[in-house]
Amino acid sequence: MTVFGTGAATGSYDELENTDVILVWGSNTQECHPIIFNHMRRGIKNGVKMVVIDPRKIDQTKLAHKYLPVRVGTDIALANAMGNVIIEEGLVNLKFIQHATKEFQLYKDAVKQYTPEYAEKITGVPADDIREIARLYATAEKATICWTLGITEHHNGTENVFSLINLALLTGHIGKYGSALNPLRGQNNVQGGGDMGALPNRLVGGWDYDDPQGRELHQRVWGTPIPEEMGKHQTLMLDAMEKKEIRALYVIGENPVQSDADGNYVQKVFNNLEFLVVQDILMTKTAMLADVVLPATGWAENDGTITNSERRIQRVRPALKGPGLARHDHVIVQDIANKMGANWSYQSAEEIWEEIRILAPNFAGITYKRIDKEGGLQWPCYDENHQGTTYLHSRLWSDQVGMKARFVPSHYQPPAEVPDQEYPLTLTTGRRLQFYNTGVQTRYYKKVKNAEEALEIHPDDAALFEFHDGEAVRVTSRRGSVVTKIRISKKQPRGLVFMSFHFPDQANTNLLTNHATDPLAGTAEFKACAVKIEKVGDDTSLSEAH
Amino acid sequence: MDVQTKQVETICSFCGTGCGLTVEVENEKITKVKGHKENPSSHGETCVKGALGWGYINSERRLTEPLIRKNGKLIPASWNEALTLIAEKFSALKAQYGPDAFGCFSSSRSTNELNYLAGKFMRTVIGTNNIDSCNRT
Repeated sequence: MTVFGTGAATGSYDELENTDVILVWGSNTQECHPIIFNHMRRGIKNGVKMVVIDPRKIDQTKLAHKYLPVRVGTDIALANAMGNVIIEEGLVNLKFIQHATKEFQLYKDAVKQYTPEYAEKITGVPADDIREIARLYATAEKATICWTLGITEHHNGTENVFSLINLALLTGHIGKYGSALNPLRGQNNVQGGGDMGALPNRLVGGWDYDDPQGRELHQRVWGTPIPEEMGKHQTLMLDAMEKKEIRALYVIGENPVQSDADGNYVQKVFNNLEFLVVQDILMTKTAMLADVVLPATGWAENDGTITNSERRIQRVRPALKGPGLARHDHVIVQDIANKMGANWSYQSAEEIWEEIRILAPNFAGITYKRIDKEGGLQWPCYDENHQGTTYLHSRLWSDQVGMKARFVPSHYQPPAEVPDQEYPLTLTTGRRLQFYNTGVQTRYYKKVKNAEEALEIHPDDAALFEFHDGEAVRVTSRRGSVVTKIRISKKQPRGLVFMSFHFPDQANTNLLTNHATDPLAGTAEFKACAVKIEKVGDDTSLSEAH
Repeated sequence: MDVQTKQVETICSFCGTGCGLTVEVENEKITKVKGHKENPSSHGETCVKGALGWGYINSERRLTEPLIRKNGKLIPASWNEALTLIAEKFSALKAQYGPDAFGCFSSSRSTNELNYLAGKFMRTVIGTNNIDSCNRT
């Protein structure tokens, strides 16, 4: 947002088949976004060189042109070293930098110290490999970077993203077909939630909360004044609940008691609330704490639109009515508003969408009728004759550059919690192919492999502690402790162990994770915390974990 | 009894790829989910989660009626009872502590229309910008 004025993937999936180089950075795309990975796979058949940058030797490294095993949490050092090489070897796109960017000198000064040799010590990636990939990216005609939570779920996640954007600005790999910066979204409507203003600092359609023009428009359409103070993001709201500054909470379709970092802390601050309303499709740990629980319709029952990772707004349509008295999410919000004296009268999801179009110029050209007829459309789409936008920021190459893209230098900082004598290993967390998040939905599979939590550990680390495959162990961080099984895995580098968070009833991984938060985005550091692992006796059953 | 069948085009509920799915329904039950060929993002493809991961919608843990906490226990209530209680408590807490004593965690799993209305509700009915979406549920 700080750089381009929008927060979204700049390119489209099909471009992944028609580019030259893809850096897949902190993204287990094959397991977490399998169909986007199919686009990459077809790209590789077309000759695309995929470079995988990840602490874990995940399966997709088998298809990689090159794999860079970066130590967890050291991505900025690696990106800055690539920037250093690109500048030192004269591979920058100087014409683009002068035409479309600002603050290049600041960036140049900042990355001067990040020689490949210096970065090798921090990241574990050999200096010559850093040089090779820097050259590959810089000299490609078209190149794209894709990333996910491996980049953002750190205490300095926003700075991690800046360090990747800087590489694109340096080389001009942005705003052209096949040259993109793509954050891949983990949930089906992360993109839409932000686009719709369900954020503490944004109104609908990306207007800043304090933009006078956006405020005026909202107040006119809504017919009422809107608050002037910036709101709190989720992590700050949890802090405010701890201090009893927030007394009432309305939770819609989330399970923060199990999905947020440092679960014991989250449970404690929820108990501070005077009134909790939870609206969901299933009974969850969070709903069990509520004063009122409201039943909502879910997938295949909902009506409306959602927005995917290539900014495509698509229709979800009801195939089923939904169980019992469950109502559509948007209907419930209207019901509460009207009980409190509002006078809303939306008869359908489409009527709500029509109001959104008035507030958000980016969505103005998208109608339910058009989606039904033409399929989903990619925003921005300014009017009903506009075809939507395959890739963003082509303006950077035009005579009318408008707001120039700014280099935002960022510096390497170690994870907020690093291993020490007492907690000698680093735990990182993620998803596995068949499962999803806190498993509220995916635990209902009948036949899948490995339907249980396990701690993945490098064979040499396992040997050091004399752990055997399948053995029960206790994993402890400074915040909590869970019991799980050992799974010996060559995917893991030495010193780094991995758990998912799909099976919180077996082993609630987020009791271990760190609440240390990126001050810019409010994202907790799920991706690195220090742990120790101990054997538990044969008489300890796994159920003792909770 | 006649078998009522229909096909509905919708979008997958899992990751952010947004694959198009064709849902086959027979007598109000889903019988099959497959990739929707004409979808411009996924071109008919779907992964194991999209094709097979939807069983949760038939789970016995589905919420089917509003619940209200009485004497420490969540017990079934009518919609009117539940909504009236929320309106009374929200209004009383707003009068006592002001709008910034409220927060909303909105859902990155639900629709744009839900997220829009949740934002409008918090900003116009409650009067605070304390709303966030996007977390790992």
